[in-house]
Amino acid sequence: MSHERTKAAAFPVDRNDAELIGDAHPPHWRNPEPDGPYNLVVIGAGPAGLTAAREAASLGAKVALVERGLIGGACVNVGCIPSKALIRTSRLYADMRDAEQFGGDTPKNLRVDFQRAMTRMRQIRQRISHADAADAVASGGIDLYFGEARFAGRDTVAVAGKILRFKKALIATGARPNLPSIPGLVEAGYLSNENMFDLVSCPERLLVIGGGPLGCEAAQAFCLLGAKVVLAQREPMFLPGEERDAAQILSDALAREGVEVRLNTEVVAVRTKDGKKFADMVRDDETTTVAVDEILTGIGRSANVDGLDLELAGVAYDTAGIKVDDHLRTTNDLIYAAGDVCLEHKFTHTAEASARIVVRNALFRGRKKLSELVVPWCTYTDPEIAHVGLYPAEARKNAIPVKTYTILMHDVARAVMDGEEEGFVKIHVKEGSDRILGATVVASHAGEMINAVSLAIASGMGLSALADVIHPFPTQAAGIKMAADAYRQARLTPLRKRLSDRWLAWSRR
Amino acid sequence: MPRVEPAALSDDDLLERYQRAAFGYFLETVNPQNGLVADTSRPNSPASIAVVGFALSCYPIGVERGWMTRGAAAKLTIAALRFFWTSPQGSGDEVTGHKGFYYHFLDMRTGLRVWRCELSMVDTALLIAGVLVAGAYFSQDTKEEAEIRELSEALYRRVDWRWAQGSSPTLRQGWKPKSGFLHYGWEGYNEATILYVLSMASPDSPTSDDSYAGWTATYQWENIYGYDVLYGGPLFMHQFSHAWLDLDGIRDAFMREKGSDYFENSRRSTYLHREYARRNPYGFEGYGENLWGLSAGDGPGGFRTSVERRRHRFSGYAARGAPFGPDDGTIAPWSYPASLPFAPDICVSALRHMGDRYPEVIDNFRLPSGFNPTLANRRKFGRHGWVSEGHYGLDQGIVVMMIENHRSRLIWDLMRSNQHIRRGLQKAGFSGGWLEQPAASSKGGRDVA
Repeated sequence: MSHERTKAAAFPVDRNDAELIGDAHPPHWRNPEPDGPYNLVVIGAGPAGLTAAREAASLGAKVALVERGLIGGACVNVGCIPSKALIRTSRLYADMRDAEQFGGDTPKNLRVDFQRAMTRMRQIRQRISHADAADAVASGGIDLYFGEARFAGRDTVAVAGKILRFKKALIATGARPNLPSIPGLVEAGYLSNENMFDLVSCPERLLVIGGGPLGCEAAQAFCLLGAKVVLAQREPMFLPGEERDAAQILSDALAREGVEVRLNTEVVAVRTKDGKKFADMVRDDETTTVAVDEILTGIGRSANVDGLDLELAGVAYDTAGIKVDDHLRTTNDLIYAAGDVCLEHKFTHTAEASARIVVRNALFRGRKKLSELVVPWCTYTDPEIAHVGLYPAEARKNAIPVKTYTILMHDVARAVMDGEEEGFVKIHVKEGSDRILGATVVASHAGEMINAVSLAIASGMGLSALADVIHPFPTQAAGIKMAADAYRQARLTPLRKRLSDRWLAWSRR
Repeated sequence: MPRVEPAALSDDDLLERYQRAAFGYFLETVNPQNGLVADTSRPNSPASIAVVGFALSCYPIGVERGWMTRGAAAKLTIAALRFFWTSPQGSGDEVTGHKGFYYHFLDMRTGLRVWRCELSMVDTALLIAGVLVAGAYFSQDTKEEAEIRELSEALYRRVDWRWAQGSSPTLRQGWKPKSGFLHYGWEGYNEATILYVLSMASPDSPTSDDSYAGWTATYQWENIYGYDVLYGGPLFMHQFSHAWLDLDGIRDAFMREKGSDYFENSRRSTYLHREYARRNPYGFEGYGENLWGLSAGDGPGGFRTSVERRRHRFSGYAARGAPFGPDDGTIAPWSYPASLPFAPDICVSALRHMGDRYPEVIDNFRLPSGFNPTLANRRKFGRHGWVSEGHYGLDQGIVVMMIENHRSRLIWDLMRSNQHIRRGLQKAGFSGGWLEQPAASSKGGRDVA
């Protein structure tokens, strides 16, 4: 087993983890007895499954929720929550290191206490997980079953020896990290998001493979926590798909922190010798080798479709996951899917939003569409990189002329005060109008700032109207309004200016 | 000889001195046997094919300015064209190029690939642009000049531009024998306009008609600091293709949509760089009204250090850009003459400021690739900070050409008369302005020397 060849301990690592298990998969849980058909059987108690089950139950539906592992899914246990908790500690160390920049003193002999950082992360994870404890779920009127779910037919699911009949079902089994295909990596042992939070000591030298969101966040956090990090990315830029300038700023930030950035670089083989892992990396036609203590992969996730007997239910799937239409219905019209198991954008918030669509469509004959969702996303590096809507290249591909209003964070007063002036706000509008097509924000709190643009897009508000929204001063989110002000300014054509000048001159008479 | 005080010179005299000093680089570093020109003036520098392209473009300027004879210029030109025509091509080792393209860096003596460098599409384009300048300029009815014209046409026609598209509409950036095409794409506007124009106009192996549109689809039109610009971070992106192409008043589909043109865009981008330096968000030493200009060029080296309690990462040779970075306080002073045609007032003003405030950086009117006053008296650096050692051919070439375009439009006029250039621009969708007028005859007939 590859994980045993890493420095990660076995889960549960400490008392916090044991308590988390007590909440999220109580050892002595007794599954309920099914009593007639359910309105909705939900398979998987991650963000999508929990959201759907709760919403359906609150509307009076008879709901069963089936979970084989821990309630909360990847997000709370091995995803967003532990990673962002750890990132907070890494930012603390960055701030202590840079204390002089903020008018303070850097502590002498600044030493990273990795164990303390991990313990805090486990405490937070346990605390947040507690809100979704098994008892709390059951007390919300949901029949909670622990066990492996298998479809036994078009309208039945078997779990732990019980047969659940349903009118509608939701598959929300999530996704897991891809098994890496790099020769020797499995044998050498590697970290993924599933076991990296079980580390008890910080790897001295860490190779991160993949410069997507997970890879970039982890590389920066581990670097700030004291690891010597090499980040290898196959593509010419990090976060492929994001805007070039965003990726550029991130690349600079990573390098400035001390991450060894290797772009256009593919890891082709891994081997072990004397307890060290050696990774061969190819850039163009040159091969180099790095020796590290641990290797973390952040390349891709695969849908959890195995073992569900989807064929018996007539539910089609492929390597991208369960096939759904725009209403999230599978090839069995009684069965829907939501979250990572079927979506391209594998985020907690899209999982939850898609689950709400399913409740509406499955139980109330709704016609809500996935494609109508306005989905922002954010990579939690420092600076953060958040996006919503279309990218300029996408707009241009669809023959939509696009113009971008850009505000540099170094022109946002609060960002200067906070010493967080790296980044920008870019709002893309359809040329000649104020229709907002999309936005990218690169800033220390981009994830918070993007919400104003998401709201504007979702409510059909134009950029001009956004300029009238008063923002408290000083805030970093004022950068959004400043972009709207720039739009207003640019609309002041010479003709309008002349007319205005003439009117004001006349008024002075 | 008494030292000339730049402050005492008129603008014209000042520009003449900078231009001539830059021109001198080519005569000092050329290998007359094969016409190859060194990438830098540092010992053991290999040749850069792009620098040869600049050199071939600068010789006619040298002739017109009276800095070399027409015969000497023709001789160096023929040496280079014969070398590229006869040097080995192929997919194996021990060659100079492949498919009519050339490796980025070549041994100054043997002309073979060095440093396991890439077969470079854009650098080949800069070389070929220089080759076409030679073909347009040397128009006299002599055996020598006829050979220049023949070789010029043959070298251009031999380039297999279609091959360089790989399986995509856009051209690949490079190719290596073992790994094939480099997978770096072109994203966003940059210096490659000349590459697309040349590749689309090729009579024998043009790129597909969608190649230029494939590239411009990635353009981003932005309002930054109040300027509407087609963004390209480093200034050289707004200069290199413009050294050959007069893009003033002609527009492609993108610029028609935006109601602007690429010349105007370079002007605004120059002002944008100045505006960035005025704001100086990272507190670099000296930045301001008259010290600006981030570009591709030499740098102080790869290290991290704090300056005035702020963490910075410094780089060696790199593309620096404004306003999104990277920026490590390294200024490329050759940006001023290189942007001269677009924004003469602020460029001359900055050039004068350089001479007044940082005379130690300038070597007898020759500008270095970069200098970094923020590093003054820090680490191993002296009181002037870091100054790039020696000179780079690319920088000197663009200085000579853009000062000349500003003064006489010589290169622009030569290229406007070239049918390949006109056809390439038209295939890329450019129209209006001078493209609507019939081609003027080449100026190469003038015999000033």
